[in-house]
This record gives sequence, structure tokens and C-alpha cells, in this order.
Amino acid sequence: MQQTSTPSRFGSLYGRIRARFQDVPISAWLVGMLAAVLVEALIGRDLAYMLGLGNLPSFFGLSLIFKKWTLIPSIVVFIVVVYVLPALGAVYLVRWAMHRWRGARSVAWVQRIPTRGYIIFNLAFVYVVLHFWAASSDYRLLVLRLLGVNIILTLSLNLVNGWMGEFSVSVAGFMAVGAYVSSVLMVWGFVNDDVFGPAVFPEAWAPYAFPLALIVAGAVTAFTALAVAIPSFRTRGDYLAIITLAYLFIVKSSIENIDFLGGARGFMNQPKVADSLLVVFLWTVLAVWVMHNYVTSTLGKATSAVRDNEPAAEMMTVNTRKVKMVAFLTHAFWSGVAGGLYAHIVGYINPGSFGLVKSAEILGMLYLGGLNSVTGSVLGTVLFTLLSEILRPLKLVKWMVIPVILIVVMIKRPRGLLGFQEIRLPFLERRARAEEEVSHAPAGD
Amino acid sequence: MSQVAQQLFNALQWGSFYALIALGYSMVYSILMLFNFAHGDVFMVATYIGYFVATLLLGLALSGSLPLSGVAVFVLTLLLTMFLASFIGIAVERVAYRPLRDAPRASAAITGLMVGIFLETLVLYLLGASRRNFPTLIEVNTFELGPVQVTNLKVLTIVLAVVLMVLLHLFIRKTKVGMAMRAMSYDYAVIPLMGVPLDLIIAFTFALGSALAGAAGVLFGMAYPVLDPYMGVLIGWKAFVAAILGGRGSILGAVAGGFLLGFIEILVAAVLTSTMRDLVAYSIVLLILTFRPYGLFGEEHSVRLRL
Repeated sequence: MQQTSTPSRFGSLYGRIRARFQDVPISAWLVGMLAAVLVEALIGRDLAYMLGLGNLPSFFGLSLIFKKWTLIPSIVVFIVVVYVLPALGAVYLVRWAMHRWRGARSVAWVQRIPTRGYIIFNLAFVYVVLHFWAASSDYRLLVLRLLGVNIILTLSLNLVNGWMGEFSVSVAGFMAVGAYVSSVLMVWGFVNDDVFGPAVFPEAWAPYAFPLALIVAGAVTAFTALAVAIPSFRTRGDYLAIITLAYLFIVKSSIENIDFLGGARGFMNQPKVADSLLVVFLWTVLAVWVMHNYVTSTLGKATSAVRDNEPAAEMMTVNTRKVKMVAFLTHAFWSGVAGGLYAHIVGYINPGSFGLVKSAEILGMLYLGGLNSVTGSVLGTVLFTLLSEILRPLKLVKWMVIPVILIVVMIKRPRGLLGFQEIRLPFLERRARAEEEVSHAPAGD
Repeated sequence: MSQVAQQLFNALQWGSFYALIALGYSMVYSILMLFNFAHGDVFMVATYIGYFVATLLLGLALSGSLPLSGVAVFVLTLLLTMFLASFIGIAVERVAYRPLRDAPRASAAITGLMVGIFLETLVLYLLGASRRNFPTLIEVNTFELGPVQVTNLKVLTIVLAVVLMVLLHLFIRKTKVGMAMRAMSYDYAVIPLMGVPLDLIIAFTFALGSALAGAAGVLFGMAYPVLDPYMGVLIGWKAFVAAILGGRGSILGAVAGGFLLGFIEILVAAVLTSTMRDLVAYSIVLLILTFRPYGLFGEEHSVRLRL
């Protein structure tokens, strides 16, 4: 827990709220979210109908504001009754129980839980909450799974654009390679297809072979990324932006010209192996974990050093070429994996879905959240996705509102919401504190 | 032989568009060391402006309220479009780049991208999804020049592009504003100390680049009359690649890169199939940049700078 807080720093109201809740462990918040989700499952539908919101709103009813603004009071009531009250009630209950049970020592008691176990426990909790939340509609499930894919993409891009300090725009290209490779593998192995013949393996194996296919897809993507990496690391600067742009065009054009991949018509028939939330959730968690370890490792610090001053880093025995190569290939690998997941979630891919627009979207998420920040990438992706779902009723105007919001954020906070900082997660704090001081000094650009 | 000559001629015209747009990228880069990622969409908006100006003027001329001949309508359209387009450039600079001048350059790149998306959506929103047809300003005549089939439109495009480039060159070399621009690309930090109004020069550079994109827009609209809001993405990014190919921040490089990319694309489409165009063209670009990382006329000093 954060013992040393300064309540007056953010104004008195925020300070008071913060002081009240600062000894609440993160699990208690999760209990609160679970309570909110369960209340929604129990009374959400009826309450929404009673308040005139129609069916159970998918995203907290916020998008209804744009359909009919007179619904705003009902939406506020709905949010307070269904989400805020149960959540706060549960949080208070847990807090009360903790104090009752262990008294003032409860905080210390929570802190004594081994970090790793505590993280796994909380992650399982997060999954349960998401599972119940997504159970009410297929739409939510789809959005959540795509959110996972986008988190992986944003994180992998952050490695290159953030920690390495270059500018890559080929996320969509890497995605495309990963998507097509994994799709071909899975369809060849498990589906009776016109082009790839009868299934080679029994269909029951498909879920177990899927991770393997994703890893192969990622590896192939990383291999094709060598074509970019080898020429581009002789110089620094925006050179990589152009090379990756060319890569994107080349990949798209190649796929359009390969007949057995369906060309511009697209490719479908992927086996249904990414339909459950769990698969995507586990991959997302794995990606976050790997990226966190990457950037806090010696290699990650070397990557930061290369960004800040390449000659100096080289003088300090950093093998700059190797460091850049590893970072870029990791970026390609994870983008490829995310592309494979995407292909199996959507069940249909065509070259058009991996254009510059896709890259621009991921770039938007990344810079909204902020460079050099794992939690920032997650936050940026979640906010961007939420925003884009809430604004969905605006249809076309959505793509005028989102750019304006991003421009304003960029002007107000040029480094993004969390650039070069992390959200402090109390249960990680003990271990991470020493590392933070080293790795989060902002760079001089 | 005549086939080759014919394709070379077509490539000259196609390259003119790229070169005119690439100039806008390059000029901004040479001063601010960042790419104006909204430039492709500025070109798109400029083409639509050209469409409206041309339609309006043509309507006035046909109804007889303005005594204008066909050529006069064309010249007026060109000038008016260039004039109006320059304001789009100024607005883009004001919104997306000026507030972020001291920010990390990548953030400015993002605002540029976002302004581009905003412009596309705005045009799509205002005009709907239906494609517009650019009015015919000049009757197309085909005539034979030796073995090559030539249309007056293509000749006009090439000649006009070259004239504009020469004018731009003279402007940058001979005038005081041009001198300030050159000085800024030489040393950005010291120039305000010399009494050069930084904001004004930067805004002027954006305006100049956008005016050239406006000219390209009118010429493009006359050659390929179907307009849609995503044309800026297509042509713009390729012109961006052309600017890089020629060398970042180099005016001569932008022209050379534009024509080179035009040649590569047209020749690939002529020799192989047109579906292979992007694939082969960008592989060639990748190859060229592997051996000349700074482009044809680029200078090494841009290594220091980060996007």
C-alpha cells in the first residue's frame, strides 16, 4: 500500500476520497466490480427497460447519450444503481471485514502475500469479472477479444516507438503476415477446405495446436521483418518509418497477388479456436507479462539507452545493433501473434483490413496512452476502444470526434496520458521501486 | 521503341503529380524536421476545392454571367485553388503543428495523422459517399509527336509542373522569404535571433506546399476526373515515399524522387501486370534506400533528428 500519500496534492475532494480508499487492496476493488457485474446480470435488463433505455446497454449506456440526449437522467440513475452503488458497497464491505478481522494489521497482512501468488489471484479475479460482464452479449465478448488483440499490438509497438525511440508504421503489415500464416496453418491442419484439401489432424486437436500456430506465425513475421531490420538499422531517425511503410505496401500487395490466399477477396474458414474470452485473455496477459519483463530487464534498459544516446550506449558496451534488432523482431513477433488471434476471432481476413488505417489506429492508441509505459499502453487501448464503442451511434462523425480528442490530448499532454510513467500498482511496488528510479527518467527529446 | 517512349511520356505526367506533392513534404521537413502527415489529405481537400471552383466558374461562364473562355476558366481555377489550398495548409499548421513545436516529434506526427483522418471524414460527411466527377475544363486533343501519342492535357501537366518547380526554385533562391526558409533549414535555433519571424515563415512554408498540392489537385482532377475522399491517402503516401526516395528535406530530391517513383510505377505496370505494381515498385524503393539510406540527394545531417 502507499503509506506516504499527500492528500492535499490533488485538491481536497480528491484527496479525501483518496485517503479514504488508500488502504483498500486491489482485490477489494475487483470484488466491487464483480458485485456490479452480478447486479447488472440480475436486474440490469429489467431496470434498463423500466428506465426506458430499451435493452441492456452494452457499454454502460453511455452511447445512448448520442441517440437521444433526454435519456441522460435515466442513464445516470442506471449507472449509479447498477454499477456505482454495488461496487462501492462491496468495497466498503471488504474493507470493513478486513479491519474487523485483522484490525489495523490487515494492510501489513495483505502485503505479506507473495507477489506472484497475489498477481495470479487478482488476474483470475479480473478474468471472472470480465467473463460475467461479457456473458450478457456476444457484442461485448467480441469487443473484449479485439481489445485484447489491440493491447498486444499497442504494447509491441510501444517497444519500438517508445523504448527504442524509432517510428514503426508496419504494425498492420506484421499483423497481416501473422494472420495469414496462422490461418493457413490452421485451415490446412483442421478444416476440410477446397484449396488446402481435407483436414490433416483430428479437429479436436485444434485448440491445442492453436498456440503453436500462433507462435509459428509470430516467428515467420519476425523473419520477414528481417527484410526491414537489416537495411534500416544502419541509420537512425525517421528512416524506419519509411522502410516500414514500404514493408506495409509490399505485404499488402503480395497478399493480393497470391492466388491460394484468396487475393483481394480474402480468406476465411478459420477454425473456431478463439471464440472463448479465456484464450485471448491468456495471450494478452502473457504479452503484458513478457513486455513488462522485457522493459525492466537489462535488455530493456539497454534499449532505452540506445534511444537516449546511441554512441554513449555503445561506449558503455551495449551492443546497439543487437539490441535494436531484438526489440524490432520482438515487435514483429507479437504483432504477428496478435494478427493470428485477430484472424481467428473475426473469422475472415482480407488485405484491406490490414491497411494504413489499422496502423494509424494502433498509433493513436499508443500515443494516447503514452510512450514507454506498459500500463499506459493498456490504458490507452482501453480508453480508445471504449471511446470508439461509445461514439459508435455517431457513425461517420465518430471519426471526426476521435481525431479531435486525440489532438487535444496531444496538445495538452504531448507525451500522452502516461508517457514515461506507470500507474503504480501497489502490490508490485515493493519489488519495482528500486527499478523505477533507474528506468523512468524521461529522455531528453 | 515507340512503346517505351510512350510509357516514358506517361511516366513523366504521373511523376509530375508525385513531384508536386512531394515538394510539400520536403519543404516542411527541411524546416521543421518533421513530416506533415496530413499533406496527402490537404491534396485531397484541394482537389475538391478545385472541383467546386471549376464547377462554379464553368457554370458562370456557360450561363454568360462571366465572359470567360475555356482557358481563362482553367487558369482562374488553378490560381484560386492554389490560393484557397494554402489556407488549408496554414490551418493544419496552426492546429496540428504549432502547439506541438517543442513536443516530441512523434506526437506532432500523430496530430498530423489525426488531422488527416479528420479531413477525410469531414469531406465524406459533407459530400456523402458518392464520387464526384471533375468537370472538363479543357477539351482533350490527341496528336502524334513522332512515335508518341500525346494529349494536350498531359503536356500541360508536365509543363505546368516544371514551371511551378522552377518558380519555386527561384523563389527559394532569390527572395528574402526564401532566404529565411533556407536559413531555417540550416539552423533552426539561431534564426529567431536574427529577427526572422519564425511563425510566419513556417506558416508560409505550409501555405506554399499546400498551394503546390492544390495545383497538383487541379491537374490530377482533370486527368483522372473521379474524386473520392480516400485519394489523398493513396497518392499522398506514395508522394511521401517519393520525397524520401529523393532525400529528406531536399527540394531537388523531391522532384527527382517524384519522377523516379512515377517511372518505376508506370514501367512496372507496363512490363508486368498492374496488380504487381505496388509490390515491385516498393521493393525497388526498399532496395534503393538500402544502398542510399539518405535518398538520392539527402544529407546526412538528418541522422541526428528523431521523429
